[in-house]
Amino acid sequence: MRVMAQIAMVMNLDKCIGCHTCSVTCKQAWTNRGGVEYVWFNNVETRPGQGYPRRYEDQETWKGGWELNKRGRLRLKAGGRLSKLAHIFSNPQLPAIGDYYEPWTYEYANLLDAPLGDDVPVARPRSLLSGKPMKIEWSANWDDDLGGVNEHGALDPMVAKVREQAAEKVRFEFEQTFMFYLPRICEHCLNPSCVASCPSGAMYKRQEDGIVLVDQDQCRGWRMCVTGCPYKKVYFNHRTGKAEKCTLCYPRLEVGLPTVCSETCVGRLRYLGVMLYDADKVLEAASAPEDTDLYEAQLGVFLDPEDPVVRREAERAGIAQDWIAAARRSPVHALISRHRVALPLHPEYRTMPMVWYIPPLSPVVEALTETGFDGEDTGNLFGAIDTLRIPLEYLAELFTAGDTAPVRASLEKLAAMRGAMRPGLLAGGTSGPAPVDEDIARSVGMSGEEMYALYRLLALAKYEERYVIPTAAVGDARRLEESVLPDECSLDYAGGPGMIGSGPYGEGSGAAPPVSVENFHVLRDRQSADAPADPGRSRVNLLNWDGRGHPAGLFPRRTDGTGTTDRTDGMKGTGAAPRPPRNAHDADDEEQR
Amino acid sequence: MSIADSLLWTAMPYVTIVLLVGGIVWRYRYDKFGWTTRSSQLYESRLLRIASPLFHYGILFVLAGHLVGLFVPDSWTSALGVSETAYHYLSLTTGTLAGLATVAGIALLIYRRRTNGPVFLATTRNDKLMYVVLLAAILTGMTAKLTHAGGHGYDYRGTIAPWLRSVFTLTPDYARMHGVPTAYRIHIVIGFLLIALVPYTRLIHMFSAPVQYLFRPYIVYRSRERGQLGTRSERPGWERVP
Ligand code: HEM
Ligand code: SF4
Ligand code: SF4
Repeated sequence: MRVMAQIAMVMNLDKCIGCHTCSVTCKQAWTNRGGVEYVWFNNVETRPGQGYPRRYEDQETWKGGWELNKRGRLRLKAGGRLSKLAHIFSNPQLPAIGDYYEPWTYEYANLLDAPLGDDVPVARPRSLLSGKPMKIEWSANWDDDLGGVNEHGALDPMVAKVREQAAEKVRFEFEQTFMFYLPRICEHCLNPSCVASCPSGAMYKRQEDGIVLVDQDQCRGWRMCVTGCPYKKVYFNHRTGKAEKCTLCYPRLEVGLPTVCSETCVGRLRYLGVMLYDADKVLEAASAPEDTDLYEAQLGVFLDPEDPVVRREAERAGIAQDWIAAARRSPVHALISRHRVALPLHPEYRTMPMVWYIPPLSPVVEALTETGFDGEDTGNLFGAIDTLRIPLEYLAELFTAGDTAPVRASLEKLAAMRGAMRPGLLAGGTSGPAPVDEDIARSVGMSGEEMYALYRLLALAKYEERYVIPTAAVGDARRLEESVLPDECSLDYAGGPGMIGSGPYGEGSGAAPPVSVENFHVLRDRQSADAPADPGRSRVNLLNWDGRGHPAGLFPRRTDGTGTTDRTDGMKGTGAAPRPPRNAHDADDEEQR
Repeated sequence: MSIADSLLWTAMPYVTIVLLVGGIVWRYRYDKFGWTTRSSQLYESRLLRIASPLFHYGILFVLAGHLVGLFVPDSWTSALGVSETAYHYLSLTTGTLAGLATVAGIALLIYRRRTNGPVFLATTRNDKLMYVVLLAAILTGMTAKLTHAGGHGYDYRGTIAPWLRSVFTLTPDYARMHGVPTAYRIHIVIGFLLIALVPYTRLIHMFSAPVQYLFRPYIVYRSRERGQLGTRSERPGWERVP
């Protein structure tokens, strides 16, 4: 057993509202530069739909990922080492810019510079590649919300596959169609075919946390990784001539912050945590003979951090204690291995992806209720899963290489969770955890306790429970990240970590806390505090002040003794308008985080 | 032989070697980030798919031909039993075929660069200079070879090759260049210019031909280095200033 640790993600598709906030914030953080205008490390596709780049799932065309050769051994689908080098002068399976979309801007200056006249000036689109006026005909999510689905729907490779077996299952007529959103980032695979495809050896998987990265200094622009990744999550920067990809926001993870897409997700549907796995088993699992075996095979690679043997081996492999502790609390491990509700995306590509998905169930409740049944009744729900508006077969093509059993099992657990928790929650009044209907829990092979844990993880999903991220360097914690931070810094006096305002000798004393550390604490406070602006501060961060209330320190203290030194009611007696009442719903909002 | 001659055939090779080696070292130490093919396949694939392999296979063959012709003395080939006529015939046919592929390839590459909007926009001045010199080197080479193809052809293995070898043994003997036809002289000068330019243009990519790919394991693991956590200091060269 060779234990390795990996930061993995799970997304709960039921909660995705398709707002694209994750994509936009990711773009602002990472790809708002020239040369990567067309690049979305995070994108949200409407399914059914072609995805981004178009039809990337059609591996007969794009040849991404691995396949088994005749002797049952893994090989790159696009060809091995010799074939890669022979085709290096022009890569036969490289998507063209049109398969993503041609990036453009608008002639905004026209709007301001146009001479006075009868015609309203217009800002025409101009290509960012050729500089010429262009007609916009496609983009990263052109078929958002099923736009044009009656024309393009059949181009979804998964639709084509489902229709081979059951043509009637996928319909695009308005009343009969279905849709859900699929947010995608790089999978940070255990067996990354992008890394294997890179002739320079510039791509690598980080030993400590499994993040797959491109060494920008070593990349020589052979652009084989783009073909190698079946998810098409390595992109070519056409200005620098280097490959770029999702970094899982490693500078944030290293200091314990969730990725930008997770942090800003409106549905709060992303979970981050540690998975322990046995590196010795990866190759064997990825070579499972049948595509449909791959889901189970990958589960078999993961290790249970509750097992003392695993923990001992992990320690021996040099995995830090707080990582092992984090693995035990990992929401991702719970959703993938313990509750088995999360499924991998396209395991048949044999890259062992590490961003997993809880399949969507919601529409079935609505549909049942409309037909006069009790949509929340577990019995009804179980029966309805086979006739879901979103066909099981379609989900199975995405998540389990076509095998519907694991998808059904996952959906049944989700349905059972509703049934088991609802009576207790509706009855209300009890303090402490809501009671669970044990019978329903047992019907899907779970104990009441497990059911409650699943409910808590999926429904309440507190910030600290969604993101359990050990920092990069335990022994090093105080010197984390910024090298300007001195070994013995001003943060560790009594009452520290003292980024909160002032140092031991009063306001402004001590070295300035590094900005990332300060942001870390501000953000964490904001995400988990009960009040909109933390009143405990003596210094006000105006960027974090929401305009409500008067945080102490906003105005200087009065020196004549009548002023107050306390916090929120600091304006008492100054004749200012009274503080607006606190929003009564604040507390409830907090509970739903 | 004039002073100019001696300068040309003695100083030029050494200056070129210094520029080449110095340039590569400099690129490696200070501009690893800029060391790339700057592939334009994302913009245009159809023409490139024909042009680029045609050109590359051609020029690599031509390159190999130069190395054999210039660095393998004719006494060695005769010892192997290859007669002068056979050698000339072989080098003329294969060399011309490879040369034609190279010319056809580069013509198509340049046509593509000029006519495809995005590719043209991504062409720097440096690229244009590189293409001018590269094309000139290829064309003058072809001209020299083909205009002296009659009979046994021009036997550069008795003049140019020994001169070049004398440069590498640090006993430059420019007298060897005496009587070399002008067409060849022009080709040699342009060739040296091209070699000197290599490290300073995108042609640098030829020195990172990824042969090590054949020998390394597929999956590369790297450890996070100590003292390399979090944000890094900025380096020059990320964003091109328009
Ligand atoms: C040694 C092995 C070599 C390899 C593996 C190699 C590979 C490549 C690759 C991958 C490209 C990018 C093509 C694209 O996608 O746009 C390229 C471009 C180019 N290479 Fe090479 N090359 C090699 C040697 C050479 C040599 C010896 C020369 C000339 C002396 C050369 C001249 C060029 C030129 C001029 C381009 C630009 C083509 C364009 O107009 O886009 N290469 N090479
Ligand atoms: S999903 Fe990420 S890690 Fe996996 S092959 Fe693609 S780029 Fe590589
Ligand atoms: S931010 Fe969250 S809810 Fe919005 S599209 Fe992204 S994943 Fe879905």
